[in-house]
Amino acid sequence: MSDLYAKSLRELRALMDAGDCSSRDIVQSLHERIEAVDGAVGAYLERDLQNALKQAAAADERRAAGEKGAMLGIPVAIKDLLNVKGQSCRCGSKLLEGYVSPYDATCIAKLRAAGAVMYGRVNMDEFAMGASTENSALGLTRNPWDLQRVPGGSSGGSAAAVAADAAIVSLGSDTGGSVRQPASFCGCVGLKPGYGRVSRYGLTAFASSLDQVGVLSKTVADAADTFGCIGGYDPRDSTSVRQALPDVSGAFSGELKGMKVGVAEEFFGVGVDPEVEAAVRKAIEHVAGLGAEIVPVSFPHLQYAVAAYYIIAPAEASTNLARFDGVRYGARVDADDPVEMMKRTREAGFGPEVKRRILLGTYVLSSGYYDAYYVKALKARALIKRDFDQVFSACDVLLGPVSPTPAYRIGEEINDPLTMYKGDICTIPANLAGGSGMSVPCGFSSEGLPIGLQILAPAFSEDRLFRVGHAYEQSTDWHLRKPQLSASRRKTGDN
Amino acid sequence: MPLQATIGLETHVQLNTRTKIWCSCPVNADAPPNTAVCPVCLGYPGSLPVLNREAVRKTVITGLLLGCEIPKFSKHDRKSYFYPDMPKDYQITQYDQPLCLGGGLEIEVGGRKKYVRINRIHLEEDVGKSTHLASASGIDYNRAGTPLMEIVTEPDLANEDEAFAYLTALKRILQYGDVSHCNLEQGNIRCDINVSVAEAGAKKLGVKAEIKNMNTFRGVHRALAYEIKRQLKAVGQGETLVQETRRWDDDRGVTQSMRGKEDAHDYRYFPDPDLAGIVLTVEQIEAWRSGLPELPDRRRARFVESLGLPEGDAEVLVADKDVADYFEQVAAASGGNAKAAANWVMSEVMRVLSESGENVTSLKVRPGDIGALIRLVDAGTLNSTKAKEVFAILLEEGGDPHEIVKTRGLAQVSDQGAIKAFVRQVVDENPKVVEDYLGGKPAALQFLMGQVMRLSRGKANPPMVLELLKEMLAES
Ligand SMILES: [Zn+2]
Repeated sequence: MSDLYAKSLRELRALMDAGDCSSRDIVQSLHERIEAVDGAVGAYLERDLQNALKQAAAADERRAAGEKGAMLGIPVAIKDLLNVKGQSCRCGSKLLEGYVSPYDATCIAKLRAAGAVMYGRVNMDEFAMGASTENSALGLTRNPWDLQRVPGGSSGGSAAAVAADAAIVSLGSDTGGSVRQPASFCGCVGLKPGYGRVSRYGLTAFASSLDQVGVLSKTVADAADTFGCIGGYDPRDSTSVRQALPDVSGAFSGELKGMKVGVAEEFFGVGVDPEVEAAVRKAIEHVAGLGAEIVPVSFPHLQYAVAAYYIIAPAEASTNLARFDGVRYGARVDADDPVEMMKRTREAGFGPEVKRRILLGTYVLSSGYYDAYYVKALKARALIKRDFDQVFSACDVLLGPVSPTPAYRIGEEINDPLTMYKGDICTIPANLAGGSGMSVPCGFSSEGLPIGLQILAPAFSEDRLFRVGHAYEQSTDWHLRKPQLSASRRKTGDN
Repeated sequence: MPLQATIGLETHVQLNTRTKIWCSCPVNADAPPNTAVCPVCLGYPGSLPVLNREAVRKTVITGLLLGCEIPKFSKHDRKSYFYPDMPKDYQITQYDQPLCLGGGLEIEVGGRKKYVRINRIHLEEDVGKSTHLASASGIDYNRAGTPLMEIVTEPDLANEDEAFAYLTALKRILQYGDVSHCNLEQGNIRCDINVSVAEAGAKKLGVKAEIKNMNTFRGVHRALAYEIKRQLKAVGQGETLVQETRRWDDDRGVTQSMRGKEDAHDYRYFPDPDLAGIVLTVEQIEAWRSGLPELPDRRRARFVESLGLPEGDAEVLVADKDVADYFEQVAAASGGNAKAAANWVMSEVMRVLSESGENVTSLKVRPGDIGALIRLVDAGTLNSTKAKEVFAILLEEGGDPHEIVKTRGLAQVSDQGAIKAFVRQVVDENPKVVEDYLGGKPAALQFLMGQVMRLSRGKANPPMVLELLKEMLAES
C-alpha cells in the first residue's frame, strides 16, 4: 500500500487492526512523502527515521500482542516547542541551538504510553510569536496550496505538514489562534481545547495564561482521538483542571437536531474579506440545514480583544522568555561578566518579533504603566469572558470566521506587525476567556485558498465542537480536497 | 531634638521541608553541586511550578506563632531581574497578597520589654549559589527552589541591641515551631537591614540605607552599630544622606555603598500565571492553630508553676527547644524529682554540649537514662558521685544504667554491718584524729568520713556513714 501517508488516523487504525499495514509501513510511507514534498513545503525542522521506525516496531509488537488503542502506531509530528526527551527543542529560535530536552512533556508522555510514534519536529514562529511562521529563525515554511503564500502560524509547520499529507496528525499550540488560524490557511482541522484541559507541562511557555496544546488533523474525528489521548488532569500543571474528559461517543452521529448555534455579527464586522464572509455564512446555513437552530447573539467587547491580548501575552512572555539567558542551556555569546554574557546572548539569539514583544511586555509591566496597561487589559479580558458567558447561555456553540482573510503572500505582511496582530481578532477571544475552539475547512477563495469555519464552545465542552464539526465535515467534501504538490525531491534530504 | 535611629529587618528563613517549593527535589545543602536539581528548579523550557503545601503550612505556623492574621486568599507573583544564579531570571515571590499579615513579638533589652510589630510574612523561592573560581564562575543550583520565608518587621527597632534581641527571639520561635533548621552557618537565616536616622519624634523617617545579606546575628549587631554612628555623624554635621544599598565588610568592620536609588531595579511584579492562588479555609487554619507548639514564654511559666522549678532554672532550660524537650523527658522519667532533672540537664548535659558542640538530640545518653539515675540516687541505691560515673559511661558507650550499676558493682553499700566494720577500722586506725574530734575539732570528722568512703571504694551510703561514725565516736 503506497499511499498510507494520505490516509486519516482512523483509516490507518482500521488498516492496522485488520492487519493490512503496520506502523512501520506508515512511517516508511510518510518518510517517502516527506522526502518528496517537504523540500518545497519546508514544514519539518528535524526527523529521525531510525528512531521513528524503532518506536513503530514497538507499537507493532504491542498490537500483535492484542493491544488496541486510538493512537497505537500512529505517527505524530511535534511542534518545535514541545519537549520530547532526547530531542532538540529549539522553538524556532537560534537561541536554543544545542539544547536537548531532558524530559517528556506530559502530552508527549501520554502519546508515548499510548504507543504513538513521535516522528519529526515541525516549524513555527520563533517562540510561537507570529501568525505566518515567517518569524522562524530556522527556515521558511510554505503553504501547500500556494507555495508563494504563508501557512499561517505560529503552528505553521504543524498545519502545512498535515495539509501536504506529510503528517497524519500533528501537535501545535494555540495562544491567540496559533492552531486554528494555520489550520484555516492550510485547509485542515485545528483544535484548541479549553484552557487547563491539556497539561502545559513541557510546552515551552509563550503566555502561560493563554497557551494551550492543540491538534491539527485531516478530520474532526482524528482530532478528537488525539485530544482524548493528550487531555486530562496533570498534577505537574497547577492550571490543569480535574474535570473528566467529555464523552465524545455521541459526537459522531451527524445529528444536530436540538443544537443551538450562535452567530455574532461583530465577528463579521472586523474587515472580513467578502469571500471569507460568503464561505462562512454558507457554512452556517449548511449547519442550520443539518437541524441546528441558528440564534443571533452579540459579542459587544470584541473590539478590545486584540489590544488586551497584545498587552497580556507580551507581559507574560517578557518573563517567560527571561530564562533564555545562555547560562544553563542553548546558545551563548561569551563576555567577561555574566550579566554582559546574558545581554549579548539574548541580543544575538532572539529575532526581531520576539524582541518587540519582550520590550512591549517589559513596558506594560513597568512601574507607572502597570495600571494603565496591564490592569486595564485584565479588565477587558473579564468583559470578554462575560460576553462568552452571555453567548453560551443562549446557544451551544458560536460560529464565525477563523481569520479575516485567506493565506497572504510570503513577505506581504511581515513588516506591518499591527495589521498582522489585527488578523488574530476572531481567534483571540477564546484564549482570553479560556474557551475551546476549532477550525474546519469550509470552502476556498477564488484563488483556490482554503477558508476555515470557526466553532467556539465553553472551556470544557469540546464534545460540542466535535459534534458540529463532524456533522458539517461529513456532509461536505472540503476536507477531501488536496493541494497539488508536485513530488520533487527536496534539495537537502535529512533523516 | 536628639537624633534617633529607626531600624526595620527583613529576615529570610529557609524552611526545613523535605522537598523544594516547586518540585520534588530534596532540600539538601550537603549534596554535591547540581545533583539535587530537576527541569523545574533549573528553569528548563516548559517546566512548571507546583506549590509545596508543607511550605505553606510552615509559613502559616510561623504566622500563627507570631500572632499574624492569615488571609483566606494569597497568591504568588513574579519578580523580574536578571541574575545567573536565578534559573528563570524571575523569582516567584509574594508581592501584595502574602500568606501572613501583622503580628509581632516581644523582646527584652536591658530589662525593658518591647513589642516589635511584624508587617508581613511571605513565601518565596531561594536562588542558586555562585562560586567564583580563578578562571571561571560556577553555579550550584541545589539551593534554587528551597522554600524561603521572608519576615518583614515594621520600623520598630531603635538600636543594634534591639535588632539582636529581635533576631534571637525570632530564632527561638522558629525553632519552637520546627519550621527551620535555623543553622546560620548554612545560611538558613539571612537578613536585610533598613536603617535611617531622624530627630526623635519626627513624623517622617530619615533617608534609609539598606544593608543586604547579613548572615550572622553578631554581624547585624556590628553593622548596625557602625552604620548608625556613621549616619548620626553625617546628619549631625548637616550632610544630606542619599538612599542607597550598602554592603557590610566584616573584616574591616565598615559598611560601603553598593548602589544608589537611581540604580534600583524595577522588578515589574505581576501575578504568576502558572500558579493558582492559595485558598485557606477557616477550618484548615484552625486545625493548624490547634496543633501549635508551646512557645518559650508559656513553657517557662509552666516549668515554674507545675514543675516547681526556680525562675532562673526555667529560663535557662527553655532557651533551646531541644534542650527543653530533653529536660521534660528527663523529668518525666525521674519519678517526680523535676529539680534534680533540671540540675542534671543544666550542669552535666549542658556542660557536655558546650564542650563537644553536639546537639542534645544526638547524645548517647538518653533522657530516660538520666531519669533512671535520679531514681537510683533517690532510692539510695546509688550515691551522687557514682551516678556521675555512670553518666560518664553512658555518654561514651550508651547502655542501660541499671546494667552498668550492676555489672560494675557501683551500687551503694547501705548494709549497716558492712559500714559498721569500715567505721570500726577507721576509728581504730586513727586514734589521733578521733582525739582531735573529741577535743572540739569538727573538721576531723570530715577526714574520718573520707577514710570510710575510701575503704568502701566510694560505695558506702554517705548519710549512713556519718550517722554510724557519730554514734561510734560518742561511745568512745
Ligand atoms: Zn527540582
